[in-house]
Amino acid sequence: MEQNRGPIGQRQRCSSGLTTKKSSPPPPILLRSNQKMSSIGTGYDLSVTTFSPDGRVFQIEYAAKAVDNSGTVVGIKCKDGIVMAVAGLAADGRQIVARAKSEARSYESVYGDAVPVKELSERVASYVHLCTLYWWLRPFGCGVILGGYDKDGPQLYMIEPSGISYRYFGAAIGKGKQAAKTEIEKLKLSEMTCKEGVIEVAKIIYKLHDEAKDKAFELEMSWICEESKREHQKVPDDLLEEAKTAAKTALEEMDAD
Amino acid sequence: MDLNLDAPHSMGTTIVGVTYNGGVVLGADSRTSTGMYVANRASDKITQLTDNVYVCRSGSAADSQVVSDYVRYFLHQHTIQLGQPATVKVSANLIRMLAYNNKNMLQTGLIVGGWDKYEGGKIYGIPLGGTVVEQPFAIGGSGSSYLYGFFDQAWKENMTKEEAEQLVVKAVSLAIARDGASGGVVRTVIINSEGVTRNFYPGDKLQLWHEELEPQNSLLDILNAAGPEPMAM
Repeated sequence: MEQNRGPIGQRQRCSSGLTTKKSSPPPPILLRSNQKMSSIGTGYDLSVTTFSPDGRVFQIEYAAKAVDNSGTVVGIKCKDGIVMAVAGLAADGRQIVARAKSEARSYESVYGDAVPVKELSERVASYVHLCTLYWWLRPFGCGVILGGYDKDGPQLYMIEPSGISYRYFGAAIGKGKQAAKTEIEKLKLSEMTCKEGVIEVAKIIYKLHDEAKDKAFELEMSWICEESKREHQKVPDDLLEEAKTAAKTALEEMDAD
Repeated sequence: MDLNLDAPHSMGTTIVGVTYNGGVVLGADSRTSTGMYVANRASDKITQLTDNVYVCRSGSAADSQVVSDYVRYFLHQHTIQLGQPATVKVSANLIRMLAYNNKNMLQTGLIVGGWDKYEGGKIYGIPLGGTVVEQPFAIGGSGSSYLYGFFDQAWKENMTKEEAEQLVVKAVSLAIARDGASGGVVRTVIINSEGVTRNFYPGDKLQLWHEELEPQNSLLDILNAAGPEPMAM
């Protein structure tokens, strides 16, 4: 997980960027007793094709817990584009990205036009959901934040391991997602440009990082906006540095209180 | 006279599609022939694919109908998935896929025209081999041979809706006058942001051209008229 390679993206006319994350397979039930919404499945959680008596599919919930244990990923839609921050990448993600690329290619070859973000996210969600239907497949332990720019402007979608996909103004997955969501809600996204958004997202990630508990982290950010010519790219180095410095200063100001 | 009534129905046809400032106008004649026999003198060659996209059909009647049916079905599914009307570009590309992949078996030339909120009014020509060409205006069918020069002279950009429709009616009726495989009435379909309007111009209401006009001061009349009475003596 410390292998921070750049965000996995794809270049094409519509430019959808994907950042994904996952972690190790869920630990056995016995260790889960101190989890918040803890409920051990005892017997109903051995297979993704088994419902519990209260109508839950535990394997899917465990897959989601796997995502929650990973580093935080944040994405926000600003008025002129999308900013995604990555703090940790993973391997199930690669499979999903490959599938997304293939779906986008096939849409373009049939319909002759770049794939709309909504359509792509629905296809990816369908694929993720597919893996929750058969006993011989395990669910993806991977949440996906999909950002793209199409004819209707910039859009942000999030796909969870259960296969649910919604459109968001701001989304977060991983360890610090609750705190990240609280911070995002404080921002006025409709009035923020992407450049400002980059700084805000950096501040959020730094704020969430707990010196004591978490390992050292590396901040990576990517965006799609008018400035990046509607192409998915890593946030340019100088802007990234500016963001990191601003974030660190903000933290110090907080600590100084 | 060979009247092979079992010959496959072909639409000799003249079809025309023209963009104007705000939408498109599609036009066609109405003759479907089986060899020398006119199987249908009032056919409708402008077929709906979606609320905002129509297609003009030429060539084999059966082939063009089947292709339209498939594409209507695909577009319906596509609209449901997308959650909004399909674009003209996508419609044209779906027709192209069928036309190109089945080029050995099909014999139909199509003109796709419509309006969508992203690109406005657009016309796409899809001739026999399955190419797609986006054009400001397109002509097709056997009668179109007689219209190339006409459009070179008469076409202009940013016409109004009325100018465009008049151009289309004039063009189709000129072709009907010269092409034996085109005839009947002129049908037009106007598509823009407000919706779709169908118009109908019966054959006898069309302008007369050239040799169809009554001869005026023609030498033939004078020569054929009874001579002056010989002088009575």
